[in-house]
Amino acid sequence: MSLHRLGVRQLADALARGECSSVELTQALLARIRRLDGDFNSFITVTEEQALDQAAEADRRRAAGEAGPLTGVPIAHKDIFCTDGVRTSCASRMLDNFIAPYDATVVQRFKAAGAVMLGKTNMDEFAMGSSNETSYYGPVRNPWDRERVPGGSSGGSAAAVAARLVPAATGTDTGGSIRQPAALCGLTGVKPTYGRVSRYGMIAFASSLDQGGPLCRSAEDAALILEVMAGFDPRDSTSVDRPVPRYSATLGDSLEGLEIGLPQEYFGDGLEPAVAAAVEQAVRVFERLGARVRQIRLPNTALAVPTYYVVAPAECSSNLSRYDGVRFGYRCRDPEDLMDLYKRTRGEGFGAEVKRRIMVGTYVLSAGYYDAYYLKAQKLRRLISADFQAAFAEVDVILGPTSPTPAFPLGARLEDPIQMYLSDIYTIAANLAGLPALSIPCGFAGHLPVGLQLIGDYFSEGRLLNAAHRYQQETDWHERIPPGCE
Amino acid sequence: MNGMADWETDWEPVIGLEIHVQLATRSKIFSGAATAYGAAPNTQACAVDLGLPGVLPVLNEAAVRMAVKFGLAVEARIARRSIFARKNYFYPDLPKGYQISQYELPIVEGGRLEIRLEDGTTKVVGITRAHLEEDAGKSLHEDFHGLSGIDLNRAGTPLLEVVSEPDLRSAKEAVAYMKKLHTLVRYLEICDGNMQEGSFRCDANVSVRRRGQHEFGTRTELKNLNSFRFVERAIRYEIERQIDILEGGGSVVQETRLYDPERDETRPMRSKEEAFDYRYFPDPDLLPLVLEEGFIESVRATLPELPDAKRERFVYEYGLSPYEAEVLTASRELADYFEAAEQASESETKLTAHWVMGDLLGALNKAGLEITQSPVTASMLGGLVRRIGDGTISGKIAKQVFEAMWRGEGDADRIIETKGLRQVTDSAAIEKVVDEVLAAHPQQVEQYRAGKEKLFGFFVGQVMKATQGKANPAQVNEILRRKLG
Repeated sequence: MSLHRLGVRQLADALARGECSSVELTQALLARIRRLDGDFNSFITVTEEQALDQAAEADRRRAAGEAGPLTGVPIAHKDIFCTDGVRTSCASRMLDNFIAPYDATVVQRFKAAGAVMLGKTNMDEFAMGSSNETSYYGPVRNPWDRERVPGGSSGGSAAAVAARLVPAATGTDTGGSIRQPAALCGLTGVKPTYGRVSRYGMIAFASSLDQGGPLCRSAEDAALILEVMAGFDPRDSTSVDRPVPRYSATLGDSLEGLEIGLPQEYFGDGLEPAVAAAVEQAVRVFERLGARVRQIRLPNTALAVPTYYVVAPAECSSNLSRYDGVRFGYRCRDPEDLMDLYKRTRGEGFGAEVKRRIMVGTYVLSAGYYDAYYLKAQKLRRLISADFQAAFAEVDVILGPTSPTPAFPLGARLEDPIQMYLSDIYTIAANLAGLPALSIPCGFAGHLPVGLQLIGDYFSEGRLLNAAHRYQQETDWHERIPPGCE
Repeated sequence: MNGMADWETDWEPVIGLEIHVQLATRSKIFSGAATAYGAAPNTQACAVDLGLPGVLPVLNEAAVRMAVKFGLAVEARIARRSIFARKNYFYPDLPKGYQISQYELPIVEGGRLEIRLEDGTTKVVGITRAHLEEDAGKSLHEDFHGLSGIDLNRAGTPLLEVVSEPDLRSAKEAVAYMKKLHTLVRYLEICDGNMQEGSFRCDANVSVRRRGQHEFGTRTELKNLNSFRFVERAIRYEIERQIDILEGGGSVVQETRLYDPERDETRPMRSKEEAFDYRYFPDPDLLPLVLEEGFIESVRATLPELPDAKRERFVYEYGLSPYEAEVLTASRELADYFEAAEQASESETKLTAHWVMGDLLGALNKAGLEITQSPVTASMLGGLVRRIGDGTISGKIAKQVFEAMWRGEGDADRIIETKGLRQVTDSAAIEKVVDEVLAAHPQQVEQYRAGKEKLFGFFVGQVMKATQGKANPAQVNEILRRKLG
């Protein structure tokens, strides 16, 4: 049996029926990681021993009739989620030696659901990047084309799931970091409503934008995983105390009468024709499923990237101040005095992109510039949110491309930050507004997968997953496997 | 010196105080770690206090209640919506590289505090704002052989920073304000007021201007003023330093200065150019703090009687002088002690006040004890006063009884009984002693009758001596006068 080709739902069912044990499954996937991940570099840390222990424990619990929804199902965590006793590096030299004495709430919830953690996945350093090239542990390669990027920042999670090394992985999305790699690797990735998933123990990049979510192969799997991840957490003041619906129960609902809006601004200059064509094909599918499609306007779309690149660096400049070499993490050798300790620790511990953003953030918050940048960005953020609220008065769901291009070659945008930042032009606005959004595969541009994005109103994850699932019932893009990964 | 320095006719000081009140919550403002003082270094700092990656702050409701309580007590506006902001700067004892504070929208705004000056007049001092924030840890520069130690036990301890208007015009006014605030926060039970342990700390903004001038002069900020005495001395020094500069044709530099109590001077710490740019912005980890009317009212219901109200009540309810009322309401514990003692004395009000302010406070002061640590409890002192009032013992014998109570020999009645100190009020018995005394001193009796009236005291003394002080003095006087005719 090719266990690696099964998704979360199928594996949960196979385990429940006793068709395989969690130990067998875990061993098979660990062997696969050993064999293949040298090519992809999708894992920073593989926790073989712990995974096998957890799998044995899962089998024991299942035998005792105590199985939970994910008991024995292997998953991987982006190396931004703190794991008690296992290194959490955030793909930075700064935290290369950091072992948290606590689990992130998300990690705890997976443990409670019985999932088996295979390891910690690669990412852009501190989640800053759209190509997974800023990692201290080297770039991740896209399973569909090893000379291309998997997207970022959750590129390791995306590559691992696409290469069938693990059925699902967690990611975080600050400006598109789940959806864009999902699109570039042919996966289903969900960024939930801000506050839906606890940020406790998830290392902060930009606190008002960061949100954890799943990277899976299908909407059905994503629904199962999100049911585990989501929920109120008293340790996160921004988490929302609101019951989590059973997303998997409404996946099959009809799309008859669903109002879909196509923002004119998402189909303009810079969108690659092959991507546009794939998305337009998908629109036809939704129409066949009973949805009504219309053009809408999101007039402030062009402001999203500049707004984001004020807000996110501002918050990150402050969030990353704690990495000072005093209490944990990297410390430069033989500091001469306090200033030398700070300068060299941070100079040597952070990579170029992180430093760039800290400097931009420090600048926009400094006296005399605060009003012109930070305050103005906050105002624009409200305008962008208002655009969406106006749109949701008319439509249920907004549909467009996830990324303007498919996966680009390694190194192609590394020297051009602006070009890199434009990778997230369609995804950033949902973070600024705090809205839920997901990306699903909707075709190919040549040999490279293309992603389609659905954005919904606050807490409409159920509706988005329902629409995605019905689409996936009609199409098989999500079942395509990268060559060599069969 | 008549209390007027020679510059005072020309110059007017302008002073505002920033007082950090450490709130007496059991746990920290954004974490569950304990706040108790004096624990071994770094044993009361959890992952949140250490600023480890991924951890998040959660606001302690008890700290909010205390801030609101303070705001209500100074008749301030309680913000229905306030914002926590990050104050960014690097220092080893600041774990996150920023302090969570309140900046643009504090929880308390626009209060007032009435202070009483030495000449008996009162003055209202404006309170600009009071905001919640977390304390930093401590850097320890000794005992580490050229390195510095960091103790993060204090990191995250809740503070209420109370900022006054620049309404104070002398070092004495500043101290009066600080003392009044100190009394208030202890009345409210939101701070233990322990200045040695840093629970109540003060920075002062000081400037001077020519009398009649409207604009403020350039100010300096004085740090490290951790006793009432230092506040007064540092401000006085700084006023004179600034006047000297201005009179010499120079100008005051806006800077932060540190007070050195050893040398009794202030010296520069950092200038305006070197001042940090704190890059304040709203903390995205914390939602705006929104207070409902019901919450504020529930805090209002816990307000105790405040010092001013208590002082006024002591005047009209007990008939005490304004001075007595002021002394006895200086702390809530002392006022409670007085009221309990007064009750136990069976309403010997004046006498109770006299004993509390005199012998009791004197003994406590000598022993370095707080009122709550007094070996003589309120009911014991009241019991003593009752026995003076009902004539069981004289005031003089009472001092002996008080000392015995202080030593732990029991309550007044027991001491009076076991030591046989009960006052003799039996007229026949006193008359007998008087007769004996007069018989033993015929010469003095003759001199007295010849007009040497000073000798009356001699006879009283002899009678008291013969009765070991227990004879009722009024009766002794009465009988002596009659006998000496």
